[in-house]
Amino acid sequence: MLSIKNLHASIEGTPILRGINLEVKAGEVHAIMGPNGSGKSTLASVLAGREEYEVTEGEVIFKGIDLLELSPEVRAREGVFLAFQYPVEIPGVSSTNFLRTAVNQVREYRGLDPLDAVKFLTLMKEKMKLVEIDQKLLSRSLNEGFSGGEKKRNEIFQMAMLDPTLSILDETDSGLDIDALRIVSNGVNQLKSDKNATIVVTHYQRLLDYIVPDFVHVLYNGRIVKSGTKELAMELEEKGYDWIKEEVDSKATV
Amino acid sequence: MSKDNQILEELTSKEYEHGWSVNYEADEAPVGLTEETIRWISAKKEEPQWLLDWRLKAFKTWQAMSEPKWANVHYPKIDLQSLKYYSAPKLANKPKNLDEVDPELLDIYKRLGINLNEQKRLQGIAVDAVLDSVSVATTFKGTLSKLGIVFCSFSEAVKEHPELVKKYLGSVVPMTDNYYAALNAAVFSDGSFCYIPKGVRCPMELSTYFRINAANTGQFERTLIVAEDESYVSYLEGCTAPQRDENQLHAAVVEIYAGAHAEVKYSTVQNWFPGSKEGVGGIYNFVTKRGICAGDFSKISWTQVETGSAVTWKYPSCILKGDNSIGEFYSVAVTNNYQQADTGTKMIHIGKNTKSRIVSKGISAGKSQNSYRGQVQVMKRATNARNFSQCDSLLMGDRCGAHTFPYIDINNPTAKVEHEATTSKIGEDQLFYCNQRGIATEDAVALIVNGYAKEVLNQLPMEFAVEAQKLLALTLEGSVG
Repeated sequence: MLSIKNLHASIEGTPILRGINLEVKAGEVHAIMGPNGSGKSTLASVLAGREEYEVTEGEVIFKGIDLLELSPEVRAREGVFLAFQYPVEIPGVSSTNFLRTAVNQVREYRGLDPLDAVKFLTLMKEKMKLVEIDQKLLSRSLNEGFSGGEKKRNEIFQMAMLDPTLSILDETDSGLDIDALRIVSNGVNQLKSDKNATIVVTHYQRLLDYIVPDFVHVLYNGRIVKSGTKELAMELEEKGYDWIKEEVDSKATV
Repeated sequence: MSKDNQILEELTSKEYEHGWSVNYEADEAPVGLTEETIRWISAKKEEPQWLLDWRLKAFKTWQAMSEPKWANVHYPKIDLQSLKYYSAPKLANKPKNLDEVDPELLDIYKRLGINLNEQKRLQGIAVDAVLDSVSVATTFKGTLSKLGIVFCSFSEAVKEHPELVKKYLGSVVPMTDNYYAALNAAVFSDGSFCYIPKGVRCPMELSTYFRINAANTGQFERTLIVAEDESYVSYLEGCTAPQRDENQLHAAVVEIYAGAHAEVKYSTVQNWFPGSKEGVGGIYNFVTKRGICAGDFSKISWTQVETGSAVTWKYPSCILKGDNSIGEFYSVAVTNNYQQADTGTKMIHIGKNTKSRIVSKGISAGKSQNSYRGQVQVMKRATNARNFSQCDSLLMGDRCGAHTFPYIDINNPTAKVEHEATTSKIGEDQLFYCNQRGIATEDAVALIVNGYAKEVLNQLPMEFAVEAQKLLALTLEGSVG
């Protein structure tokens, strides 16, 4: 479904990604881990099409399409979803209104009729249950005055509404207490199917107790330096990242 | 040039929707402004002597005045002697009712989306249609007159209700008030008149639709609204003009009188031609609007959505004379390209326990300049006066300007005056967030701007609110930054 080959990207001339290779198939969950500043969030942003990042080399093929050629909104309509680490506030725009605009633009792109108010509300009610989100929250201005947990729950709720093929969760666990973590993970797990895939970007292993990955990749200095299964995540939790850094750095000096 | 600006340049291409004009035979005053012009207009309108005298007095006053220079707007000197002060479609006979109105004129309004045919109108809005210098039609007059409500053109009011016009004309905005108000008093041609008798709640929205069609002509209309004790009326005003290379002057006066326990809501969606993308042409909109809460517990509420005009100079104000009276001002002013707006309000607290509320939302894009200018004045006698002002500015791109000029003058120690102000930019982050959910940038801007202006848009009557939302999106189309 997603094939990343030798991806290089920089911001204001500073290279951040230095040759990422990654294959993601339908039905899989991939975890991207790594120390601070290794390029995890940059990878998520580049896939979603954030313009500050310049792709200097490499390719990203998504469902057979050159993803890098598409604008951010077309990527979204093709089924790429990014759950933001820091969801932005939009004063005066309710979550409901925002989502209705989004859902209908995505539907239009996919050749479907827009949902009328009743159908939209029905869909919303159904998806609200997944992340135990309160309807009152959705009539408030988008993310304005939301707690950290509410923002993240709202991200997963949006994901449920938009029904993406590829979901990228950027540090979704940050700022969550254990109950919120359970609720959010539960939502993500219920949305999993053999037709979609998930990339979980995280610093800690904690989230992976709930969203169990098929593959774990360690990102360091803009490259994937180690890949494995969920046991790798456990090992990282136990030993930290230093041993990987040392391993990579010693190889580099050889 | 940054990327923002590039996008802005590329996309700022939306043309003004109402830029067309129609050719019809017109009755026009000779070019120039002299005492003769005024006599000509007055004679044309078959006015009584007292009104001519009033006009001539205003003209003398005006001649001794000079143009106000304090506003934060810049434009070349207007040559008032090169303008025509009266232009009216030539009518064989004055129409007595809608069926007699020239279909060609009705068609002009139809093209603007305003159907003057009562049967086809949505229920609940009566319209006075003003084209250049004259009112061409007023709908639902019959229905309203059964309740004692007078809603007609100003000229008609002078003929049919001279005692009312005489009593209130110039009572809120005196002819000596300012340069443009004096000019208007001298040369005003038509406008709307509305009278709500004591205890009557006007059952429908009253509305005036102003259209400038003729070239080289100034539009000087005058609106007078009188709401007697315990009455209520909601009044709407809309305006458009053809796209022309030269600037056109629009200097209107609106006066509102509210008796005890009366409430007047006045809403404007101003969409005069704003000039081209390069800043050529457009309307100079120099307008004086003022209401007096004369009676106790009266209320006047101004709501304005300002999207058009090359230069706007406008401060809808409230004189809170009656005890416990309330004044409100809700404004969204949008400027794009080379537009300049200096707009705001004055709240003058005279009575006890008077309250005022100001919510101003400025949106600047392109190379435009957008200023809020507001005055809150609490007089000695105004015990327990309250004011709350909120002035927000939203910037799009990095070549526009937003300015705030609040003036506060307090002469009573019990007054409570609050002022809040914010300035923000439409963030890349907000746009990217919307894009990532599948929303196109243009729609994202509309969504964000409408959210920002929501508090004001909520004040508009339903049908107008929808129009205003679309208009905001259109005005800003392409101004991503």
